[in-house]
Amino acid sequence: MRTAFIETLVELAASDRRIWLLTGDLGYSVLEPFAAAYPDRYLNAGVSEQNMTGMAAGIASTGAIVFTYSIANFPVARALEQIRNDVCYPNLSVKIVAVGGGVAYGAQGYSHHAVEDLAFTRVLPNMTVVAPGDPAETRAATRALAATPGPAYLRLGKAGEALVHTSTPDFALGRALCVRQGEDCTIISTGGVLAEAIRAQQLLASEGVEACVLSMPTVQPVDREALAAAARRGPIVTIEEHGEGGLASVVGDALIDVGAAFRMKAIRFSRTPLSCAGSQLWLRKQAGVTAEAVVDAVRMMLTSAHC
Amino acid sequence: MTSSALARAIRADALRMTAAAHASHVGSCLSIADILAVLYTGVLRVRPEVPTWPERDRLIVSKGHAAAIVYAVLARVGFFPVDDLASYTADGSAFTGHVSHRVPGVEWSTGSLGHGLPVGAGIALALQRGTAEQRTVVLLSDGELDEGSNWEAILFAGHHRLRNLLAIVDANGIQSFGSVSEVLELEPLPDKFRSFGWSVREVNGHDHAALRQALAPAPDGDDRPIVVLARTVKGAGVSFMENELRWHYRSTSEPELIAALAEVEMVP
Repeated sequence: MRTAFIETLVELAASDRRIWLLTGDLGYSVLEPFAAAYPDRYLNAGVSEQNMTGMAAGIASTGAIVFTYSIANFPVARALEQIRNDVCYPNLSVKIVAVGGGVAYGAQGYSHHAVEDLAFTRVLPNMTVVAPGDPAETRAATRALAATPGPAYLRLGKAGEALVHTSTPDFALGRALCVRQGEDCTIISTGGVLAEAIRAQQLLASEGVEACVLSMPTVQPVDREALAAAARRGPIVTIEEHGEGGLASVVGDALIDVGAAFRMKAIRFSRTPLSCAGSQLWLRKQAGVTAEAVVDAVRMMLTSAHC
Repeated sequence: MTSSALARAIRADALRMTAAAHASHVGSCLSIADILAVLYTGVLRVRPEVPTWPERDRLIVSKGHAAAIVYAVLARVGFFPVDDLASYTADGSAFTGHVSHRVPGVEWSTGSLGHGLPVGAGIALALQRGTAEQRTVVLLSDGELDEGSNWEAILFAGHHRLRNLLAIVDANGIQSFGSVSEVLELEPLPDKFRSFGWSVREVNGHDHAALRQALAPAPDGDDRPIVVLARTVKGAGVSFMENELRWHYRSTSEPELIAALAEVEMVP
């Protein structure tokens, strides 16, 4: 995803001189093409996320579109008040980009686990929150964010994620993408765990359950129409590489707001930090964020619905 | 209007506003009265009739709690009617107790300390990389320098030679819970800034002629950012408020207000 992001940004910056890129001294072997092509709009702010974010707001106030880049929690949690007061309140075009969403940097330890970032960002004023599901969604999201004024958080995985979309997705900010049709229930996924949602759909299909899979790259503002339709369809299971306050909370809040009747289970991380080393997949399993957990949740709700 | 007349007027405004609103921070307002008065009489290039004039100099008041006197100076130089000041902190008013960008002439909303200098560094960098020659001025308190975000920006601005960035530290020596030297010693502050690559100008923050000289741009060939360490007195101009921590919090009673106004308006 990070490759898809930087390639798209380099391409966009060629025709849009308003685009800047600031990094908190991270992005070695990733950001160099931008730095080489647009040195007057690139800046390594040093290891100083608060200053980077405040400066991004200042630069954006002169009419620029400023992307800030770092990994995991660093550009969000470390600079949360700068994002709140200096970026979101005056509604400036600062796009905060984090690579390593979820436990992509799992083995590095809890400091590098971004498992609360969606919760931190989605409640902020004027903020758009996007967690693409694959490189194709990343390209589309980067374009859409550059073209849309105002603050945004773009939560990426790392590198080497498989393509889920076989063609260019019909991406629009605030819209869910239907990646598999089905009428028995709905699996909703955000971010790089999308491949796991597809695997759950396949497991369910082998049992004769036809699940609709929605990729929900935009967590805020959320696609209420798609959610209301999902609630009418049947049980909903959300899956995310994130703890409380993320996708499941967004979906629940939206359905409460529209007054829908719904049945839903959340497959997500608990609030207990994962304090051991492990690969992304291993840690997901430890946390119970797997296709099998989605399948169990669907089974449970379909069975109890028939009682 | 001369800077002395402006300083007198905005001191009186801030006293009246904080009294009427039963608001805090009158001491913090009075310590920057002279700095603001000098800035808005010929130092800052602004057009009150066009607050967002693209070629304006930017002033970010990072010590946003001194809102009353910031609104007062903006009114007195013509950004909006002086009568509007009466709504300070009232229900539904844009004039919040910490400076708000909804007020014409206010560049940035602040209140939580340690935000203004990073923003100012960003603006200065963007303007410097463009063709613009405007200056970006950030007014900070000394207590505010406890915030680490300032030192990130100070390090950055020195390294990147942001010559069009000017920081003014209102060094009144008193912060929320005691004197700066008791809470977290900042001195030797000039040495700290110098070691971060800044040009340091130390000045009596109530001497208009000295301030005007200190706020002038750097001479050709000197591309360091500038910090004016304005040695000030918290509550300056009202004898019973000067150097008194409690005037960070208290608002005046009616007799106190009358006494304070008499002192302020007597100043030549």
